[in-house]
Amino acid sequence: MNYTIAEKILKEHSEQERISPSEFVDCNIDLIMVHEQLGGRIHEEYEKLAIDHVWDPKKIFFILDHWVPAPTINAAQMHQDCRAFAKKYKFVHNIGIDKGICHQVLPEMGFARPGMLIVGSDSHTTTYGTFNCLSTGIGATDVSVVFATGKLWLKVPESYKISISGELNKGVMSKDFILTLIGDLSTKGAIYKSLEFHGSGAESLSIDGRMTISNMVVEAGAKFGVFLPDKKMKEWLMGRTKERYKFVIPDNNAFYEKTIEYDLSEITPVVAKPSSPGNTAKIEEVEGIEIDQAFLGSCTNGRMEDLRIAAKILDGKKVHPYTRLIITPASKEIYKEALKEGLIEIFIKVGGVVTNPTCGACIGGHLGVLGEEEVCISSTNRNFKGRMGAASSQVYLASPATVAASALKGKITDPREVRH
Amino acid sequence: MKGKMDKVEGRVYILGDDINTDDIVPSHVLTMRDPHEMVKYTLEFIDPTFVKNIDRGNIILAGENFGTGSSREEAVNVFKILGIKAIIAKSFARIYFRNLINLGIPGITLDWNSHQFSKEDILEISLQEGIILNKSKDITVKFEKLPKFLRNILEEGGILNQLKKKLAG
Ligand code: SF4
Repeated sequence: MNYTIAEKILKEHSEQERISPSEFVDCNIDLIMVHEQLGGRIHEEYEKLAIDHVWDPKKIFFILDHWVPAPTINAAQMHQDCRAFAKKYKFVHNIGIDKGICHQVLPEMGFARPGMLIVGSDSHTTTYGTFNCLSTGIGATDVSVVFATGKLWLKVPESYKISISGELNKGVMSKDFILTLIGDLSTKGAIYKSLEFHGSGAESLSIDGRMTISNMVVEAGAKFGVFLPDKKMKEWLMGRTKERYKFVIPDNNAFYEKTIEYDLSEITPVVAKPSSPGNTAKIEEVEGIEIDQAFLGSCTNGRMEDLRIAAKILDGKKVHPYTRLIITPASKEIYKEALKEGLIEIFIKVGGVVTNPTCGACIGGHLGVLGEEEVCISSTNRNFKGRMGAASSQVYLASPATVAASALKGKITDPREVRH
Repeated sequence: MKGKMDKVEGRVYILGDDINTDDIVPSHVLTMRDPHEMVKYTLEFIDPTFVKNIDRGNIILAGENFGTGSSREEAVNVFKILGIKAIIAKSFARIYFRNLINLGIPGITLDWNSHQFSKEDILEISLQEGIILNKSKDITVKFEKLPKFLRNILEEGGILNQLKKKLAG
């Protein structure tokens, strides 16, 4: 047979001898990630099933990350509920509030490995596709079904081959590439599809950069955003997991519904204007728009590569007096590394505020909520109306380099024009 | 229970394209404990009179990419609590579509136009036949039927009910 990566992995996880796109298959799930949703709806739903156990307490990765430490009584109660559930059903991987954002921590701890099928109570679960596995988001009821049975119905998606050549220019990041792709496809251009990233351009990207891409495929509607294996991936996994795994490569004659080609050297800084990730514009079109807040963080862009480039741009300068800069490392591991490299000191010296790892400002939860009419440039993945605070606030999505350059000038700024 | 889901009747309420889950349930109410309290904020930023006018229509007719955004199932649950019987859209975001079916609300994909439906039209939808009867305009519109597999979930009143039965043997 000739299978894409998505078809291969889904077939491996079903009882079927062969599968084809559009078919519904019952799949065995290798791992499920849950965060605060557990206390939000899952708890209530699961109790309705009246069973006293979960299918496999070792295959549940449970973390509190969205509102940590709890900023409100409601959030605190939700956490209480989550902890009680995790205790009652004896979850083995019960990660507290100190480790960071789910999509960063789970791969860091070696839980995302090639060939796996992972689901999570969060739409950006697609992030783990960077590690040559299939991962996607599901809702609370689906989580309950997996908790009870370890299985889930999934539709086999058609695949798009995204064939990438070239290398990014200085000041341009993988965020600019994925925003370009979402702008080209539109936010509905890949609904239900599996995006497979091929080519020397894909290989030229760091693991951090690839994670930004897998993270945001869902903004084009995609179900999976999966990379082919290579040396960098192997090295990254080494030391993070002792489990055995097998790389998955697509068959030579696998069928792709579409093939789209990109040359990374042609990508330039891109910004998504309010209030959709698909509302993209070249930086030249939005340069000069004044900003109240610059936010660097989230599961999209709170990693070492992101903090390093921001620090390089900011080092020795000062954040614009009418702008505030907030930096939220995506995980404790990253926080520690950034401390060691002196990046945190740079951020503090330029006038930035560094917070603990959490979703925080990305979801308008805490640590950087926007007021009425405020404008923010953000390294996050969604700029929906009211996403980061007041309904009248405006969010521009951009790369960490653009966020840092803009923080210095107090207005949207092309990072290629700031010396670094 | 069986068969009950075949015919769905209701009145049309029209929403636009790209209605996202943050529109349906804004992030700032996500930590609320009481779903009935949360319901009050449904679509507050984009259609502030929606909750007040809900008796005007209980079949949502929407454009492209309905439910794009996060996995928050609250964005289906609020509609369930408000008594929405079905959602017809030109296209659905993947997770949202799953959540709808799983909670027992039919999601119908149809490239509709304004000659076929207007606000407050009375509809009768047959899921088994894949036909919408617009009683107000006296016309019928065909749609692609949901696969049997998904219709079964709807007939059981959602996937947890189906699972409960299975577990009970
Ligand atoms: S950082 Fe933002 S996008 Fe990522 S998981 Fe948290 S809330 Fe979701």
